[in-house]
Amino acid sequence: MTLAENVLQGDRLSLARVLTQIENESEAGYQALNELFRRAGQAHLIGVTGPPGAGKSSLVNQLARYYRQPPQGAPKKVGIVAVDPSSPFTGGAILGDRVRMRDLAGDPGVFIRSMASRGSLGGLAAATSGIVQALDAAGFEVIFIETVGAGQAEVEIAHLAHTTLVVEAPGLGDEIQAIKAGILEIADILVVNKADRPGVEATLRALRSMLQLAHPSPHVFSANLVHGFAYDTAGLFEASEAESERELTGTNNGLWITPIQQTIATDGSGVADLAREIGKHYQFLRESHELKRRERARLAAELDFLLRERLVRHWQSQVTELQYNQTVDELARREISPRQAVDRLIHDE
Amino acid sequence: MDKKKIRVLIAKPGLDGHDRGAKVVARALRDAGMEIIYTGLRQTPEMIAESALQEDVDAVGLSILSGAHMVLAPRILALLKANGQENVKVFIGGIIPDEDVPRLLECGVLGVYGPGTSTERIIEDIRRLVEPQSV
Repeated sequence: MTLAENVLQGDRLSLARVLTQIENESEAGYQALNELFRRAGQAHLIGVTGPPGAGKSSLVNQLARYYRQPPQGAPKKVGIVAVDPSSPFTGGAILGDRVRMRDLAGDPGVFIRSMASRGSLGGLAAATSGIVQALDAAGFEVIFIETVGAGQAEVEIAHLAHTTLVVEAPGLGDEIQAIKAGILEIADILVVNKADRPGVEATLRALRSMLQLAHPSPHVFSANLVHGFAYDTAGLFEASEAESERELTGTNNGLWITPIQQTIATDGSGVADLAREIGKHYQFLRESHELKRRERARLAAELDFLLRERLVRHWQSQVTELQYNQTVDELARREISPRQAVDRLIHDE
Repeated sequence: MDKKKIRVLIAKPGLDGHDRGAKVVARALRDAGMEIIYTGLRQTPEMIAESALQEDVDAVGLSILSGAHMVLAPRILALLKANGQENVKVFIGGIIPDEDVPRLLECGVLGVYGPGTSTERIIEDIRRLVEPQSV
């Protein structure tokens, strides 16, 4: 049996080892992913992002507990991928998200994996998407993806997740307008955690007015604008198809209003309400065909990323280190501009 | 393009609440370029073995100052083995009486580091033990 087959059989040690291979971008990891890819695509991927200390890990802990013991229906198997930053100097990392997730210990329906960002800047690691696919194929029905503490630019999570939670806390952002504009755009649900802290009203007010400013009343996102950044899925569908989808879903279903939820992750307050909103969003995605759209856009983005990586490697194999260093020397002496350097290295091989 | 990193679980089993040593070692290993999964205080042997499995670590560092090392360490080693992780290197830091050290080494602990151990030595030991088996 291959490692991937063992994973599909539910063997946890094989799963852990496959995740390592994927993370290390080894040949064995790629092979396992090739096998597992077809079995993935079933899970609900929930992204959790926000500034350091907002309570992302504690919130994931509570949400996972909720899905393991839902008030109604069957418990869901929960996977958690928690990313923490790698040191830019040594490449080392301290991955501490498990500290807040001890409630989940001993539950075979939960699998937690910590990852270091390993130099990626978008809030995730390069291999996070592969790790998520493997957990998905292994039968985890809900997968939380917790980003590194994020401020403005770490919007990669919105590519990967179906539902993105942006977690804020009172007191972290008096200059909330300045800090949060970037990350607000990717929120499907805004969470104000630590809602028992002083200043929560001010935070709520700031977030509400931000939502209204970004999208004047009625403050709603149209389906195609749920993610403010540029991925154009319209071109991926035939115009008539997109048209008929819109008719199918009707006006109400075509829109998602980003709700603001208050929680206290340390005692679980508001978590059931938040889980309900997450469920509503997932339902909205499915009914409005947005899920398929996002899935397609996500896979396209991943393909782009891999293409770029492969092209860079192909290029690297054609340029010698000497050529490269000579060009950098000229650049450093300001004899050529960075763009001229690119022209040189790409054309004058 | 293999990007293998040494992954180490640093855990504190038992009931004592002194985690300064664990944090110092975690930080030193981080600065040596390793990835440290830090699980915090009051971990049961079962929790530690479970974390070691899910995180597929190369080594487990246990910080024990409670005196319960002769119970905790063999239990954790047995659980790791039961999970198929007999290759994971286990080391212990903390207050360990000299006469217990040989017994710990006998049951499979690979390093015992008392107060005053240099972090360089721990780093070196982990590298030496882990690297030959990494692909």
